[in-house]
Amino acid sequence: MQPSDWLQLAVYVVTLAAITKPMGLYLMQVLDAGGRTWLDPVLKPLERLTYRLMGVRPDGEQDWRRYTGSMLLFSLVGLLFTYAILRLQHLLPLNPQGFGPVSPDLAFNTAVSFTTNTNWQSYSGESTMSYLSQMVALAFHNFVSAATGIAIAAALVRGIARHSTKLLGNFWVDLVRITYYLLLPICLVFAVILVSQGMIQNFRPYTKASLVEPMKISVEKKNDKGATIKSPDGKTVMEEQTVTEQVIPQGPMASQVAIKMLGTNGGGYVNANAAHPFENPTPLSNFLQMLSIFAIGSGLTWYLGRMTKNQAHGWSVWAAMMALFLGGVLLCWWAEAAGNPIHHQLGAAVADGNMEGKEVRFGIFNSALFATVTTDASCGAVNAMHDSFTALGGFVPLFNMQLGEIIIGGVGAGLYGMLVFVVLAVFIAGLMVGRTPEYLGKKIQSYEVKMAMLALLVLCFTLLGFAAWASVSAWGLAGRNNEGPHGLSEILYAFSSAVGNNGSAFAGLSANTPWYNTTLGIAMLFGRFLMIVPIMAMAGSLAQKKLVPASAGTFPVSGVTFIVLLLGTVLLIGALNFLPVLTLGPVVEHFLTAQGKLF
Amino acid sequence: MTHKPPSLFDWNIVGPAIVDSFRKLDPRLMIKNPVMFVTQIGALLTTVAIFTATAERGFITHLAIWLWFTVLFANFAEAVAEGRGKAQAQALRRTRVKTTAHRIGSGGRTEDVNANDLRKGDIVVVRAGEVVPADGDVIEGAATVDESAITGESAPVIRESGGDRSAVTGGTRVLSDEIRVRVTINPGEGFLDRMISLVEGAKRQKTPNEIALTILLSALTLIFLLVCVTLKPFGIYSNAAFSVPVLIALLVCLIPTTIGGLLSAIGIAGMDRLLQHNVLAMSGRAVEAAGDVDVLLLDKTGTITLGNRQATEFIPAPGVSEKELADAAQLASLADETPEGRSVVVLAKKFGIRERQIHELPLAQFVKFTAQTRMSGVNVNGTQYRKGAADAIRGFVKTPVPAAVEDSVQKVSRAGGTPLLVATRDRVLGLIHLKDIVKGGLRERFKRLRTMGIKTIMITGDNPLTATAIAAEAGVDDFLAEAKPEDKLALIRREQSGGRMIAMIGDGTNDAPALAQADVGVAMNTGTQAAKEAGNMVDLDSNPTKLIEVIEIGKQLLITRGSLTTFSIANDVAKYFAIIPAMLMGTFPAIAPLNVMALHSPTSAILSAVIFNALIIVALIPLALRGVKFNPIGAVAILQRNLLIYGAGGVVIPFVGIKLIDMLLTALNLV
Repeated sequence: MQPSDWLQLAVYVVTLAAITKPMGLYLMQVLDAGGRTWLDPVLKPLERLTYRLMGVRPDGEQDWRRYTGSMLLFSLVGLLFTYAILRLQHLLPLNPQGFGPVSPDLAFNTAVSFTTNTNWQSYSGESTMSYLSQMVALAFHNFVSAATGIAIAAALVRGIARHSTKLLGNFWVDLVRITYYLLLPICLVFAVILVSQGMIQNFRPYTKASLVEPMKISVEKKNDKGATIKSPDGKTVMEEQTVTEQVIPQGPMASQVAIKMLGTNGGGYVNANAAHPFENPTPLSNFLQMLSIFAIGSGLTWYLGRMTKNQAHGWSVWAAMMALFLGGVLLCWWAEAAGNPIHHQLGAAVADGNMEGKEVRFGIFNSALFATVTTDASCGAVNAMHDSFTALGGFVPLFNMQLGEIIIGGVGAGLYGMLVFVVLAVFIAGLMVGRTPEYLGKKIQSYEVKMAMLALLVLCFTLLGFAAWASVSAWGLAGRNNEGPHGLSEILYAFSSAVGNNGSAFAGLSANTPWYNTTLGIAMLFGRFLMIVPIMAMAGSLAQKKLVPASAGTFPVSGVTFIVLLLGTVLLIGALNFLPVLTLGPVVEHFLTAQGKLF
Repeated sequence: MTHKPPSLFDWNIVGPAIVDSFRKLDPRLMIKNPVMFVTQIGALLTTVAIFTATAERGFITHLAIWLWFTVLFANFAEAVAEGRGKAQAQALRRTRVKTTAHRIGSGGRTEDVNANDLRKGDIVVVRAGEVVPADGDVIEGAATVDESAITGESAPVIRESGGDRSAVTGGTRVLSDEIRVRVTINPGEGFLDRMISLVEGAKRQKTPNEIALTILLSALTLIFLLVCVTLKPFGIYSNAAFSVPVLIALLVCLIPTTIGGLLSAIGIAGMDRLLQHNVLAMSGRAVEAAGDVDVLLLDKTGTITLGNRQATEFIPAPGVSEKELADAAQLASLADETPEGRSVVVLAKKFGIRERQIHELPLAQFVKFTAQTRMSGVNVNGTQYRKGAADAIRGFVKTPVPAAVEDSVQKVSRAGGTPLLVATRDRVLGLIHLKDIVKGGLRERFKRLRTMGIKTIMITGDNPLTATAIAAEAGVDDFLAEAKPEDKLALIRREQSGGRMIAMIGDGTNDAPALAQADVGVAMNTGTQAAKEAGNMVDLDSNPTKLIEVIEIGKQLLITRGSLTTFSIANDVAKYFAIIPAMLMGTFPAIAPLNVMALHSPTSAILSAVIFNALIIVALIPLALRGVKFNPIGAVAILQRNLLIYGAGGVVIPFVGIKLIDMLLTALNLV
């Protein structure tokens, strides 16, 4: 934990704080159907044309049911479209590597994954997806699933800010405007900057390089039919293979990476994701990628403040998020810097900390920071292997995801997830000031409580339910790379990542099996849409309420007291549920490692 | 007056409450409270486990006993609250048992019937010395009535047919004269009956906030149920076989049993406290709404001012001494029996003028006040003394009113007072300053309301000038001058459309629409039946400032719920640290450092957490019944205070409590 690292952390937080207001101001214009931006001369005609083609009346606002219905319809169509492309990629152009069709369960998993802004990848992109699949089927979702999340957050904020109305805006207008005015222009600039850092952007076939030093690796022995061979005692038979050349993937990487970060998608172009030198060439590209993950989510808190005419509230929500963020970074960074206690006992590599699974270019701090950022936001891009973190270091990403991706969070999703906790905090503590709880002038009553708790229940049930099933079923156990508590962490991580729509993986789990592809796919669907529906219902109900004027008796939703209250609610209601199982996973592992036991 | 609340440990209440705690184990009653219902099922399963378990029978038995105690303690809390409410209601109700009524039959003859057989619309005769058999309206006659049985106020009041003083309440006693009363309610529908049903279990309905809170608690229960159920497979994975009783213990400790067990007791206790202040609420919803009130409408007369103007000053005309004026003013007021007139006589005494009696002036000819002359006075020894409104006197006096006096008239009017001119036929002597006297201590109370964020609006029939002055003196935030009853209704509607909640107190029939429209409408017991029907509370003392207490009780109710919910949820942290290490210690001895409380053994740890969880319910019963203290210090300060006590305290206290119980169990060799 060196001074230069502290300095980087400070620069990161200050830069983020600095871009929050400009981003918020821009969002105010983008998320207003009549808003003006300096891109209007170029994009306005395109926007109008799009509406005409889609048959959308831009001034026709929708109530929560129609807004949610439009969103669900759009997502369903997108999901089927992606599934079709993946299944048919061998028949479609831009497939120089000649990849075959994606298997049904993987195609389902992947289509869901990209539709839900998760970008969980049970496959290696460079060895599975054609250029067309990457660019059309997947990149399309990188944009629109991000736009969908922002749209839902905007609708919720409108529900809070407006009163005595049913209307929450128009989904199609929000979708188009967010994509055209927010995501596309920023990505264009961002991609160019990334290319300047050495990131590739081409359509060349993969190149091959001869290894200077051929290496031997152990692989599963396969019979003529391509199936693995088992020895009489049930173990997979391995054989040695000599590798003499390396395939170097090519492709339109910078354009993919820009939206993968900005839209908190996180799906890597290559399997190594942001650890790969092409996907993350320099320290600057690393910094900018981390910054872009938080950029929109951070700006949305400012948007919340401005829309509700209570900027202090927006900043308070931001501050609560930052407090959780800093707590996570410090714990993860400390655990990784402290390293593996067994190394200490052996007197080996003590000064380095835990470097296993980390890119030497980034080192301990930037790996820990990246891991925290990517799991706070539901990005899921990684620049180090979380599976190789120490028990406590790995606990942080796991915990972040289980909170429901509310620390800045996925674009839009982070804000609406956090607002669920805000509503609950206001309800519980609001009673303590002696009034029916009010959130920014809106009474929080049984309907809002019901919807907020429903969203939490979906998260808990899906996550714990599937993880529990996996932990005792042969299908679930088969995917583990490790035994004991670390294996449990791998399972937990997979479902936390799926439900939280994060998409990062504890690299150990081999999830490309029909069972995992299916269950994780369902978990992603539930974690996205079953949470959005009650939240939108809450938005609809809030919008219809009358505004109670503020008085000295009104519950304060800004300031230190509120921040502490919100943190307490998040930790007590959001986190305590996962404490028992976390204890069985990373916590037990931590104590066992200290005793010299490894998994 | 307020009834003294029964002691918390009154055996007359605690005894039956213990019996009730067992009676309430009926699952049909328990299911209304999902948190405790889950606890009861847990207790049942643990009891079964005593017989099916192969090992640790003693531990499981202990566990089962304490789980049952948890349920019983929660039932006990509810039963005690009900018992106290019933005791208070019965004290009020006692007055009306075995009353005989003289009902006027179809033929006009009276027949004696039991008061309980009276129906709405029956007409009864009540004679001097008899008890009014049921609530109703006086339709004939007037009588003095002793209402002390209900209000505690010993001075009798007059009840007469017509007008705003026609309502009589069952249980009060007629002292003089005879009245005919039309019964306005059926038996069992009286305000008291309704109030009693509100504190009794069967008909009690949950209030909106209670419903919302129940949803939150049920959802939390569901989440923790899932946590505990999934812990079984996770345990199997980790080779740590968690037994069902241990998982149940964890579940019961995690679900919010503290607030779940006390929630209904808190609501009933709120009703009880209202009863202690002699206010009957028609619904729990009304009590809760009182906490939410943003605007308080107060009638000027009787609420803010003493009700009558009083003479405070004599302002003589040029060339007239103050004493001369005082003398004349007193003479002119001798025959004036109104409070204003009396106050002139009293004020004159301060100038050394002895109060003269009417019989001392046998030749005097008194002139009464009439609406036409708008003057009163006396003719003595050929001099005509008059006092009256300025324009009336101007017409009476033969000479013009001096400019200095006209100036004073203007000045007094501007200050919100009423100028009365005193004159003889040929000379204006000066004027009397009549002033509305604002009740003492109101300014502080309104300030208190302001810190709670409540705006006070004074309603008065006075002109805006007078209203401004009184509003400023009383310290109300706003006023509605020259108000007609329909203006009041319009004001309420206007404020409500701005999202505010309105409370008002009223007594007259013309108040009824406004009382019905207001979110909290408190009708005075002396008011008309129409007013009482329209409001959602009745103040038996007919004290207009009672609204402030009602609001505080409403707030206290909500604060108590919120604080105990926070406390209950915050408790979970310590319980995790007690139970989780205990559950895992057998399989993973390495996690010993997690046992931060250094509890003796896994079984003692689990048992201590469960015992703490049960005992904390009992420990908090007094707080639930009394309510968390409410200080009007502004929302931010209240929040900080309660967060610190119930939030931070809720995290810390169980650590201490569980450790102490663990030490005790170890010392007693119970584990």
